[in-house]
Amino acid sequence: MKIILEIRRFNPEKDRDPSWQKFELDALPNDRLLDVLLHVSRVLDPTLGLRKSCGHGICGSDAMVINGKERLACKTLIKDVAEREAAAIRIEPLKTVPVEKDLMVDQSPFFAHYRKIKPYFSNPEPVAGKERLQTPAERSRIDDATKCILCAACYSACPVRQEKNAAFVGPAAIVQAARFNEDSRDRGFADRLPALDDPDGVWPCESRFECTRVCPRGIKVTWLINLTKKRIGEYRKSRQEEKPDPK
Amino acid sequence: MEGTSIHEYDVIVIGGGGAGLYCALEAGRKAKTAVLSKLYPIRSHTGAAQGGIGAALGNVEEDRPEWHAFDTVKGGDYLTDQRAALILAEEAVKAVYHLENIGLPFNRTPDGRIDQRRFGGHTRNFGEAPVRRACYAADRTGHMILQTLFQQCVKQDVVFFDEFFLLDVFIDRGRCSGLAALELATGKVHFFRAKAVLLATGGFGRMFRITSNAHANTGDGPAVLARRGLPLEDMEFFQFHPTGMRGLGILITEAVRGEGGILKNRKGERFMEKYAPTLLDLAPRDLISRAMLTEIKEGRGIKADRSADDFLLLDATGLGRETIAAKIPEISEFCRTYLGLDPAEEPIPVQPTAHYAMGGIPTDEHGRVLSDEKGTTVEGLYAAGECACVSVHGANRLGTNSLVDLVVFGRRAGLAIADSIAQADFPSFPKGATEAVLEKLTRLRAAKPGPSPEGIRDRLQEVMMQKVGIYRKGKDMEEAVGEIADLRNQYRWVGLRDRGQAFNTELLDILELGNLLDLAYVTASCALQRRESRGAHAREDYPERDDPNWLRHSLAWLKEQRVVIGSKPVDISLWPPKPRRY
Repeated sequence: MKIILEIRRFNPEKDRDPSWQKFELDALPNDRLLDVLLHVSRVLDPTLGLRKSCGHGICGSDAMVINGKERLACKTLIKDVAEREAAAIRIEPLKTVPVEKDLMVDQSPFFAHYRKIKPYFSNPEPVAGKERLQTPAERSRIDDATKCILCAACYSACPVRQEKNAAFVGPAAIVQAARFNEDSRDRGFADRLPALDDPDGVWPCESRFECTRVCPRGIKVTWLINLTKKRIGEYRKSRQEEKPDPK
Repeated sequence: MEGTSIHEYDVIVIGGGGAGLYCALEAGRKAKTAVLSKLYPIRSHTGAAQGGIGAALGNVEEDRPEWHAFDTVKGGDYLTDQRAALILAEEAVKAVYHLENIGLPFNRTPDGRIDQRRFGGHTRNFGEAPVRRACYAADRTGHMILQTLFQQCVKQDVVFFDEFFLLDVFIDRGRCSGLAALELATGKVHFFRAKAVLLATGGFGRMFRITSNAHANTGDGPAVLARRGLPLEDMEFFQFHPTGMRGLGILITEAVRGEGGILKNRKGERFMEKYAPTLLDLAPRDLISRAMLTEIKEGRGIKADRSADDFLLLDATGLGRETIAAKIPEISEFCRTYLGLDPAEEPIPVQPTAHYAMGGIPTDEHGRVLSDEKGTTVEGLYAAGECACVSVHGANRLGTNSLVDLVVFGRRAGLAIADSIAQADFPSFPKGATEAVLEKLTRLRAAKPGPSPEGIRDRLQEVMMQKVGIYRKGKDMEEAVGEIADLRNQYRWVGLRDRGQAFNTELLDILELGNLLDLAYVTASCALQRRESRGAHAREDYPERDDPNWLRHSLAWLKEQRVVIGSKPVDISLWPPKPRRY
């Protein structure tokens, strides 16, 4: 079928402003959009900048905004985004982060926020025996959060980050925090707390569910953010019971 | 030098996958360490590994490291170095517990221990029956390993240079002094002086048309060393995984069969009964891929047209929705996304897909790179993971052993580096080496656009697929060597169309293509040279394994326009070679 790609182009080395470029080409309904974009960048216009690696939705390199929605290009088939002959597919870089070149964005703010919440397992207690025991039920509580591939789709789609507060750590970082906070083996909650219980931590989230809607891994992102808010409340309460407020 | 930077680190790790990160964690405890990765490290292809990591924990049934080691040797068709395989199997146990202890979320047994499942070629008591040895985290075990190691690197504050592409490694009089890398963001060349360099650049499956490998798997480390005059080992052995998604090559984990999935032909027959009566669908990969091709050639493929794109079916409908959701959810998702089918309802169309390089940079058991058949090491140069060849995989790797290899030998290399660098000083770059790197790049940047790199890549992938694939013939491979030589000549005239400096992905693509061409040339030449069938190297004109003449590793040197092939002995000190039956 014939399709029209409308790609938002911007090369800071030479362009003052972004512009849209159209490519008309043939594709099969079952083609991955990534493969079509690679045809553009390798044959039609080698100056087109985009990232890719695994090509099947596990490495997180090729998140971009496709017809207004954050998706992975390798997990998007042409038929998912072009319903009819000669349909236009609009492709833009992720939002809320600086554009480096065309569809490539600067991921450093995203990873800085990720690092801020201390996204690692922490438990100073020595391991008794070989492995730390964990029941299948305890294990299943963290399953959803462990699926995250840090593609930054949610970070781009977050309306709070877009409209109000670019310092908000964003959904992915909180998912990572929840992945450890909810792990029965982890003892790092108190270390993660300062970054989470902060005006730019979990609190800016308004539960608008855009993160959940766009997550290419199907993670219940908003639910995990709300769970984290709840855990912070519970922790505060338990601290107050331990140590009554002097006021 | 204008537009360049020079850095100094005790240790430079090239590659941010499992082997690289494990090494960085170990070496980083004692030495100033940095990781260079051409991707953001969390994007590395370790993350695509699915089914499990083998270790004889014996959590669900009796198991022993010796059994694991033996299976590895037999799976490798006796080209595996046997004491190295024993190290692999013994240290796998420690490595898996360590990964658990640093947070890896393995699936659990009802009593809370690490759960284990069956995988191809892994058996109880030297081949009696399948054993539950693969420790797993659903079907995203590699993702969890990569995440866990990266998280620990964040915790340990490991330094990363993201999106730095390896251009060259400097070696002078048997000693490595550092390397050159291209920074994608700026187009600038950086030079790194180091006491130790570890290459962990992964595989190079992108030389084939149908592959499970990432676009990034272009063998940058082995290609650079080959051009620097170092040998590559056992390059003729490339594994085709039996169950790639039809047409796309996307991996469908062996765990589908470990959990009870069955391969079927167009008559609905479980054809593996004929080829491997004991292990059936859990026979090693080389054997199953060949069985599939035989079924197709004899007209029992689903299309029944005996063509190269015919396929077979992987039937997981017997597993039940619950098992699929708990044990292989990713596969279920891939099938829905790319094929529009539900594996609980319908069988999955599959065909073999180029998956794993058994060969690579020869190393000893501490990751030290070897420069000849006598085992001379290159001081300060290490390799681990898929780009390396210890050799623990011999002529055919068993499922789960790639992840074991990463963590065991990534860690061992890290420890060896940490021990060695205290007394080492910073060597200086060989005279003229940095200038040569800059000159080569300047030349490429100035060249007029010549032949299309895309055309060369397409042709290379097609030639490798058709002529150096699962079944091989002398005449085909001779043609392949000639065609690749021709493609390498054309490549010399390739130029850039994108003249930008920053984020020039075309430049990267072209450099990667050069690496693939060199490695494919070595692979095809080695395959042509080995006149026997062993493991993944199956020759129609020499269908038998020939131990008297060919029980030896190949070592291949790339010399401009030809490949010089020597050999070195295989360690068979534990189990004498026997015919391989399953």
